[in-house]
Amino acid sequence: MIRVGVDVGGTNTDAVVMDGTRVVAWAKTTTTPDATSGLVAAVREALANSGVAPGAVRAVMVGTTRFTNAIVERRGLAPTAVVRLGLPATLSVPPLTDWPADLRSAIAARTYVIKGGHEFDGREISALDETDLRRIGRRIREDGHRAVAIVGVFSPVMDRHERRAEAILCQADPGVACSLSHEVGRLGLLERENATVLNACLSDLAARTIDGLVAGLRELRLPAPLYLTQNDGTLMAADDARRYPVRTFSSGPTNSMRGAAFLSGLRDGIVIDVGGTTTDVGAIVRGFPREAGVAVHVGGVRTNFRMPDVLSIGLGGGSHVEDGAVGPRSVGYRLEREARVFGGATLTASDVAVAAGRAAMGDAARVRDLGRDLVARALSRIDAMANEAIDRVRTSADPVPVIAVGGGSVLLPPALPVASRIVRPEHYEVANAVGAAIAEVSGEVDRVFMLAEGRDAVLARAKAEAAQRAVDAGADGERVEIAEVDEVPLTYLPSNSARVRVKAIGPLR
Amino acid sequence: MSITAADVEAIAVGAGILGTGGGGNVYVAKLWIRQLLKDGRTIALRPLEETTDDAWVASCGGIGAPTVSFEKLRRGDEELRAMRALEERVGARMDAVVSVEIGGANSMRPMAVAAQAGIPMLDADGMGRAFPELQMETFAMYGVPCVPAAIADDKGAVTLWDTPMDARELERVARARCIEMGGSAGMAQAMRGRDVKRAAIPGSVSLALRLGRAVIDARERKADPIAAALGVSGGRVLLRGKIVDVERRTTAGFARGRVRIAGDGAELAIDFQNEHLIAWETRGGGRGRRAAGPIRPRDKGPLRQMVASVPDLVCIVASDDAEPIGTELLRYGYRVTVLGLPSHPLLRTPEALAVVGPRAFGYDVDFVPLAD
Repeated sequence: MIRVGVDVGGTNTDAVVMDGTRVVAWAKTTTTPDATSGLVAAVREALANSGVAPGAVRAVMVGTTRFTNAIVERRGLAPTAVVRLGLPATLSVPPLTDWPADLRSAIAARTYVIKGGHEFDGREISALDETDLRRIGRRIREDGHRAVAIVGVFSPVMDRHERRAEAILCQADPGVACSLSHEVGRLGLLERENATVLNACLSDLAARTIDGLVAGLRELRLPAPLYLTQNDGTLMAADDARRYPVRTFSSGPTNSMRGAAFLSGLRDGIVIDVGGTTTDVGAIVRGFPREAGVAVHVGGVRTNFRMPDVLSIGLGGGSHVEDGAVGPRSVGYRLEREARVFGGATLTASDVAVAAGRAAMGDAARVRDLGRDLVARALSRIDAMANEAIDRVRTSADPVPVIAVGGGSVLLPPALPVASRIVRPEHYEVANAVGAAIAEVSGEVDRVFMLAEGRDAVLARAKAEAAQRAVDAGADGERVEIAEVDEVPLTYLPSNSARVRVKAIGPLR
Repeated sequence: MSITAADVEAIAVGAGILGTGGGGNVYVAKLWIRQLLKDGRTIALRPLEETTDDAWVASCGGIGAPTVSFEKLRRGDEELRAMRALEERVGARMDAVVSVEIGGANSMRPMAVAAQAGIPMLDADGMGRAFPELQMETFAMYGVPCVPAAIADDKGAVTLWDTPMDARELERVARARCIEMGGSAGMAQAMRGRDVKRAAIPGSVSLALRLGRAVIDARERKADPIAAALGVSGGRVLLRGKIVDVERRTTAGFARGRVRIAGDGAELAIDFQNEHLIAWETRGGGRGRRAAGPIRPRDKGPLRQMVASVPDLVCIVASDDAEPIGTELLRYGYRVTVLGLPSHPLLRTPEALAVVGPRAFGYDVDFVPLAD
């Protein structure tokens, strides 16, 4: 089966064409502000290199850091209102309390806490204040808010008030994009609220991006369905990505780590992905990225997403070299204009690597004049940065196998004190796009079960159902694994019952 | 001393560890205290022995299921209104507040009352950790009258009890009222200074502070925060591993369940009722003593050996940064370290074990202090 994997990164857009588990061809271009033209150029070139006809492609899988970056850089975010349904409870901690001030102002946030929401047993805390909601609807229009996060207390147990609030706000302003918290997150009001607001403020960007990508595939005459990769390494249909952009968070590191594991054949070790500006370091355990702890911060906001535990440092091929210091400033995607070896005026980490004979790119004669002392000092700085980052991520004191990927990984030395060995697999430059191409499909069950027949029997049934759905979605039945099990007891129902959520994932057949 | 914003951060970490999985949402409570400090209010911490015998002290804290406190955040004046009702009843202003339990969010809630009412908080508490029920306060164990007591909800309702009753009876009626109030409420009990000095666990706020500072400092120095915590609290690592199963049910206002953690060649099953109660070894090690517990019928594997039990503290923290993980946040796949910490001597007397030993929670085993 022919698949195209694409990684739309902050600097480069990479595309690979894969036939089963074989990389047929790949291409790398510069990421464009619209994401689409870069993707079209990369895919067109990769397809041309492969000799595969567009009609033979069965799926296009795109991983992108675009939505995470928009939050981190506070760019392209929709003006967003937050409507919390919970009065008179919840007043002690208003929405966005722990948010960085610059992010609040980047989304022109206005928060409302009104009467509504439910108790744990499904009773109303207060009746939903519909008059207030209509007033807020008018206000949202006047303020020019494009998105609304609607967050009801105990909505994962009872979603009625959130749905009603959406209907009222949509009626007031049909153009506004509503994100409902019970569709975005799980129990835990603040973290779910934060995730819902992040999702809401990305709604404009998500719509533009997905429309662009779909148009790009049409331009390429690619009839295959478009998927985006999620933070857990599984695929989501493009329409879902439009509604839940927040689910793509951290899919960049996930893809590069899974791609690195796949290309190297190693199931355990440390992945170091060196890009143009930053280096991501994470651990893989039995082929999967190790997950971060309970609370994960994105752009300074606390969430409860499941994400790989990745350490980012300011080291890349474009990092400035000054007085023996390397980074964090970088020429980024302008490397091929501004670096010395390409005729530019800025001394970068790549120039130093070329001068020392570690890397070959551009014109080595242009860095022949560099002092040996300067080169040695910069290289030892690069090595120390890489060594320290790997050391912080590894889980035991023993040297670990290290998989080096990403275009900038040519900076790295052949050995480091913390590494038992350093493997740079074939196609290391596009590990990220390979990770997208091998993304797995998932099947999910999320509904209320009666536990009367016994919890074990119920869980077994839910797991079997989720696995079957993964198979129906194209997963290899032999290799489906249960990735997530979550239970929310619903004590208000007459018999012992629980909301059970199970996710099964497996590779495409 | 006056509690600073940095102290609040440290107490939150320390109280999270002492919460042994329960004690409610300390993060949310911390945000609330931080806001009160930002608004210019102050929180004075006073040593227990500086309380006069005749002083009025309100022991304050939240009551309810942690599940609820993570989701239905506080209105913010629940405990204060409960305390005001007590003042009206006894006809005097309270001179100080004391935490009913240092573990979890109830380390923070008395701070809110201290800030709002402008009275000091005592460096002490009524549990030395977290426990699920009112009769498990040291005040009750050592004969301090549990009334007058009041609880307040987020809608303005206050219920006060002042007829003499024992703490179990108060627990029963207050729990039922709390469930009617939506599963989370603020509570206060009025006591005299002489009783508090006799029955409270001294120094628990400063213990939480030292514990939190040690962990935060170790994280900043890239040292081992778990070792740093054990350096302050004593105790040891019971297991490092991964969560392989979490079973939950919310019954009668409590979050109950069992979590299984698999580590190198061993597996622990930890039973919880809001807090972690008992750690059983189910595989590996094991001297083969089979133990009977009320959760037996749902067992998947034999429980072989009790490794730690109430009143000693069974804590689950993230393996990398020692961040305490509440029972609500336990999830399949997390990499965690299980710690056993010794309890305060006031919790190990015969009077105390009768209400907070394993038998008090329905287990047919005797308390065995943590092995070294």
